[in-house]
Amino acid sequence: MAEESVLRIPARLEGMDLILSFVSFLLDSHGCSPQARTQLRMAVEELYVNVTLYAYPSGDGWAEIRGCVEDGIATFKLIDGGTPFNPLEKDDPDIMLSGEERGIGGLGIFMVKTMVDEVEYEYRDGCNQLTLRKQL
Amino acid sequence: MMNIIKKQSDDRLTIALEGRLDISTAPDLEQVVVGSLAGVADLVFDLEKLSYISSAGLRVLLLAQKKMNKQGSMKVIHVNEIIMEVFVNMGFSDIMTIEQEQI
Repeated sequence: MAEESVLRIPARLEGMDLILSFVSFLLDSHGCSPQARTQLRMAVEELYVNVTLYAYPSGDGWAEIRGCVEDGIATFKLIDGGTPFNPLEKDDPDIMLSGEERGIGGLGIFMVKTMVDEVEYEYRDGCNQLTLRKQL
Repeated sequence: MMNIIKKQSDDRLTIALEGRLDISTAPDLEQVVVGSLAGVADLVFDLEKLSYISSAGLRVLLLAQKKMNKQGSMKVIHVNEIIMEVFVNMGFSDIMTIEQEQI
């Protein structure tokens, strides 16, 4: 089992640079391609934005990112102790609709799905836990 | 950080974006899109110096496209490889006129 790295910070937008640095640091030490690195950073950014905006409607909270790379597969988990919410239950936006017919929300989680190989949601021990996996 | 540079001649407006179009900077662009399109028939987004786009940024481009469908045309030019891939994966290349960076 590869060693997992962990970073836990207040769930605020100002923490984005820390979260993305964590992702880059871990990937760079495993010789990740620039493309996979960018895609993972984009996916994590979308998920972290959601945590900062929606997880704690009544005030401050925390967010934690865990990551490891094993057998050429990067796994990142984004965890928060906020309101239970599974973003994966939302239907994908219909990308074949014209710009006129298409709604303008719901793009973030769809973007995450296009950037990584697997996304999973779990509500465990009172926490939202989203897991991303991607072959490097 | 993002700079928004507007150039207008007659009914053609070019908006050049420099930096990152993300959750922090998308509201600035949304203000421009909501406030500057009156009388514009030809809208061009120049992304030559845009390094990054997130879903918050995509949402504003979609908003602009919807407005321009009613009053003229819109084009996105000088799109780099990373952003082009996002446009393709998200289906934006099917509903917007997008020109990639000249190599």
